[in-house]
Amino acid sequence: MSTQSTRLAARFMVAPSVIVLFIWMIVPLAMTAYFSFRLYRLLSPDRSGWVGFNNYVWFFNSPDFWLALTNTLLLVGGVLIITVILGVLIALLLDQPVKGQGVLRILVIAPFFVMPPVAASIWENLFMHPQNGLFAAIARGFGAQPILFLESYPMPSVIAIVAWEWLPFATLILLTAMQSLSSEQLEAAEMDGASALSRFRYIILPHLTRAITVVILIQTIFLLGIFGEIYTTTQGGPGSASTTLPYMIFKQAIVAKDIGRAAAGGIIAVILANIVAYFLMRSIGKHLDA
Amino acid sequence: MGQITLKSVRKSFGEVDVIPSIDLAIDDGEFVVFVGPSGCGKSTLLRLIAGLEDTTSGTIEIDGKDATALPPAKRGLAMVFQSYALYPHMTVKKNIGFPLKMAGMDPAEAEKRIQRAASVLNLTNYLERKPGQLSGGQRQRVAIGRAIVREPAAFLFDEPLSNLDAALRVGMRQEISELHQSLKTTMIYVTHDQVEAMTMADKIVVLNAGRIEQVGSPLTLYHTPKNIFVAGFIGSPRMNLIEGPEAAKHNAHTIGIRPEHITVGDGPWEGVVGLSEHLGSDSFIKVDVPGLGIINVRGAGELNVHHGDRIKLAPAGKIHRFDANGMAMA
Ligand SMILES: Nc1ncnc2c1ncn2[C@@H]1O[C@H](COP(=O)(O)OP(=O)(O)OP(=O)(O)O)[C@@H](O)[C@H]1O
Ligand SMILES: [Mg+2]
Repeated sequence: MSTQSTRLAARFMVAPSVIVLFIWMIVPLAMTAYFSFRLYRLLSPDRSGWVGFNNYVWFFNSPDFWLALTNTLLLVGGVLIITVILGVLIALLLDQPVKGQGVLRILVIAPFFVMPPVAASIWENLFMHPQNGLFAAIARGFGAQPILFLESYPMPSVIAIVAWEWLPFATLILLTAMQSLSSEQLEAAEMDGASALSRFRYIILPHLTRAITVVILIQTIFLLGIFGEIYTTTQGGPGSASTTLPYMIFKQAIVAKDIGRAAAGGIIAVILANIVAYFLMRSIGKHLDA
Repeated sequence: MGQITLKSVRKSFGEVDVIPSIDLAIDDGEFVVFVGPSGCGKSTLLRLIAGLEDTTSGTIEIDGKDATALPPAKRGLAMVFQSYALYPHMTVKKNIGFPLKMAGMDPAEAEKRIQRAASVLNLTNYLERKPGQLSGGQRQRVAIGRAIVREPAAFLFDEPLSNLDAALRVGMRQEISELHQSLKTTMIYVTHDQVEAMTMADKIVVLNAGRIEQVGSPLTLYHTPKNIFVAGFIGSPRMNLIEGPEAAKHNAHTIGIRPEHITVGDGPWEGVVGLSEHLGSDSFIKVDVPGLGIINVRGAGELNVHHGDRIKLAPAGKIHRFDANGMAMA
């Protein structure tokens, strides 16, 4: 199949899509890079010109930036840990033969179909609200003060909401992976004297590593850009307590109307994403090979 | 020790009685082969003995002790699966050592046993490989290795050679027979293959629709089948079963004649040769005899008959007689 001429033909065939994808990516990136070195404020459009690294320097000197960076990593890490661990456990349960399995599975998947701002509003107003929320009612039922989730624990609250949204995705991928495990392997392990815990540790978990890797990689891509949930609930506050990098860029672009700084933030975010991707691929990428 | 006794064991999946009731005694050190048509419950019976399925009723005793409710690991049996069921992410060494690790065996002792099993099975050079990097025959040996390190009371094999090519199958068959001779452990072996059953077994159990048709040594089953089912099932090519006036001459409902007990040349039956297969050592021919049907004949390698020839046949040898219920008559 892969002779010289077929390989050449194959390159010609894929060339158009590669070129389109390349332009699709490189044009916005180039424009962002261009603006990040310019003075470009929407409120004073007459003042413009090259400013060198000023926009970047402003970011690195801003105390909010380091907080936002930490918050972004906290959000990604926290959601990954919660969704992978709970996802494995829920997938284990869903894999058991029970009555109403089909309905149960649909129920578990359901949160994934709720759009982010709606999910965030539901959590904010129906669960975490200090007067009307379910948690407040429970707290009062025990005679305790309702917890002000979004005010006192903004980051953990956002992490909980996002984890709730992404848990179905992780569960679904892990469940399909679990179903592809041959039952003979588990039976062989049972004959070999492995307890339920050992079967999980030595047979099921190794079988799941590739699926877990996929879950981590895909979720990281999306979690780095989480914005809607924060916008709907905490608005990055109180103060800057729940500001992440995307939210900070949003504030520069839309609130402060400083396109130059926002563009610099965008470039920093791209670099951050690449650093994260590099370390992820180095540490877990090997599980993707057969 | 590996004495296994089944007492009126019944197994049903929901409404379906897969195994209505089975009594069977297997002695220590015996090589027992289960044969029967597809879907007759061979695997189910093996899994009941292994403990991978619960019995619906009846008891299973291992070495005189009731094991019906024991989990698989506590029965001291080892099983080799048709698909081998190796652990793909572990090396050969870890695969073989897994049961020992689960039993909490001291690593030095486990290492010794793994090396011994590997040398018996010619796997010493492959210990660091993963199952995916092995050939079918090597995987089969790893599966057997994983079974023998535990020194079980009995081995259970479910069609272990069915994924191998013909040449390898003959080799592995002999290896398993040799293993049985050196270990002297009870083995229960499920197969479709006539040759495997006849060559390996001390005792063959013929199953049909979840019932035992006959138990006995290979030659007993061959020479004195208890009923038409066993007569037709054991032996290849199949025994000729003839009904009607020809059977009435022998005061039977059905008579059975093995293909090798028919001579070609002169005789009372005349017919046209349909298929003729010349294997060199033997010739298998099918002859359409009016009034009797298709008759299988096994002749000498030099037999010179071909498709379309008109030949005469004569029964020469034992004639098995069966009554209207299909049971053998004395
Ligand atoms: N889990 C199950 N649920 C329902 N029916 C089953 C189940 N397992 C097996 N059976 C039925 O039990 C019967 C015996 O199956 P079994 O696997 O023991 O056959 P077998 O003799 O091993 O056949 P083969 O030679 O094809 O492997 C079959 O009719 C099968 O459909
Ligand atoms: Mg079977």
